[in-house]
Amino acid sequence: MGAVFAVVLVTVGVAAALALYRLLRGPSTLDRVVALDVVVVLTLVAAGVYVAYYRDGSNIPLLAAVALVGFVGSTAAARLAVRREWHR
Amino acid sequence: MNPVAAGPVADVVSAVLMLSGALSCLLGAIGLVRLPDLPARLQAATKPQTLGLSLILLGTALRVEVATAVTLVLVVLFQVITAPVISQLVGRAAYRSGGFPDGTLVVDELAEHLPTDAVVGDEPAAERDGRD
Repeated sequence: MGAVFAVVLVTVGVAAALALYRLLRGPSTLDRVVALDVVVVLTLVAAGVYVAYYRDGSNIPLLAAVALVGFVGSTAAARLAVRREWHR
Repeated sequence: MNPVAAGPVADVVSAVLMLSGALSCLLGAIGLVRLPDLPARLQAATKPQTLGLSLILLGTALRVEVATAVTLVLVVLFQVITAPVISQLVGRAAYRSGGFPDGTLVVDELAEHLPTDAVVGDEPAAERDGRD
């Protein structure tokens, strides 16, 4: 079972690296918003793997909080990005 | 300690769920890098990530106590509700700021409902002020 967790974490890590590549490359602000949202979801996934490995549910409220706050951040960023484009 | 499921079968099911969830996340991230424009990347960013999160948290839920598993379901519910909202807002923002390359849209229903700059400019001022 330990090998399964290692494979899962490495896969999620590679996925996070790819999302960070898109975050750095852009090219537009909205591309970065999308990439950042993917990074947030991958953070949730990694925390979920932690819960499964240690069978410890003490950071589940963290998962719920990040799921909601990440949504607010992406929404605000999308709105501000389009407003700046309008004024240009 | 009262896990949802115990025994070797539960371990195997949990492992399969978590591995397929991780694979789904990886495929979504590859799509995020490889796909050519923002609307295509939006697809890769939302659906495989939501599926991957759901599968991994389902695999997790099999290994923890019942009360914890219920909260995990809540996390998946938050993600399923919020991902389409982000997708919709980003897509709309991209449309308005020219993120959709010309000729990539097969159907463009939004354009029929948005007044273009040329049409607004041609109208008399009184008529234009009476409208949103």
